[in-house]
Amino acid sequence: MAGRVLVGVKRVIDYAVKIRVKPDKTGVVTDGVKHSMNPFCEIAVEEAVRLREKKLMKEVIAVSCGPQQCQETIRTALAMGADRGIHVEVSGKDYENLGPLQVSKIMAALAKKEEASLVIVGKQAIDGDCNQTGQMTAALLDWPQGTFASEVSVDGDGLKVEREIDGGLESVRIKMPAVVTADLRLNEPRYATLPNIMKAKKKKIASVKPADLGVELTSRLEILAVEDPPQRQSGVKVESVQDLVTKLRDSGTL
Amino acid sequence: MANPLRSEVVRLYKDLLYLGREYPKGADYFKDRLKMAFLKNKGVTDPEKIKELIGRGEYVIKELEALYYLRKYRAMKQRYYEEGKKE
Repeated sequence: MAGRVLVGVKRVIDYAVKIRVKPDKTGVVTDGVKHSMNPFCEIAVEEAVRLREKKLMKEVIAVSCGPQQCQETIRTALAMGADRGIHVEVSGKDYENLGPLQVSKIMAALAKKEEASLVIVGKQAIDGDCNQTGQMTAALLDWPQGTFASEVSVDGDGLKVEREIDGGLESVRIKMPAVVTADLRLNEPRYATLPNIMKAKKKKIASVKPADLGVELTSRLEILAVEDPPQRQSGVKVESVQDLVTKLRDSGTL
Repeated sequence: MANPLRSEVVRLYKDLLYLGREYPKGADYFKDRLKMAFLKNKGVTDPEKIKELIGRGEYVIKELEALYYLRKYRAMKQRYYEEGKKE
């Protein structure tokens, strides 16, 4: 009864790059900046590939929404073991306004079209930090969700998901089809080495437009400003404990 | 000339060069040292020795993959998980 896994991957600014805010405060500098796959998406791809390697799933499809460069991100997913890719073409103003709501509509449409049994995404993207796409996709499909997954196992016709929550760990059993969002400790993603990238060139990436899926991309959000966080105030050195106590009292902390 | 081994050595060089792009001290730093390391052993002809050196190169590949993974894991842990939270 092995089914299909749909994995969403996002192209983001590389985690190690120092982010610079544009002088006009409309966003962040992306031109010429190194981009790579969102770390949580890597974990999602790894989990999907492992499920297929264990023969619990039969096919892994990697999906990415965005401009032409997203194909590089899909290629990385293919190099990690995904079977084929789908590139949803979104560019220009539409791409600037692309948020979790739009992406989840696209993922939901694709999940139905590809008859997926499982949708895995990273818990959040390191640029938007929304932590919404997985949850919204599940809601749109009316599928159960196992979010912040730190362990996933197949249990009959469903999944057992170990979730990382504030108090510790929570075990849930959900029926398939379902949506899972990957947390940091779910697995250790493999590196997409050059030989794997070369092999992945033979795998297909299909191109699709949001309109083909019946998805409308208008956003109800407007970015007002993007600014740097406030500069850290330099600390003050004190000579003695008495000084420290006085300073704390003055600032109203004591 | 150890011909079949030559293609293996070239492949190893290309694989290491590809991995080196993400090296923390910079891709150029890595490329210089990679070139020096390979040139130093240019004259080796004994196939056993060459195989041993290729093995060393593959070990370096594993070490680099582990380094990159740990760096990324630590960065994510630091950014997204509170200090003092148990593993």
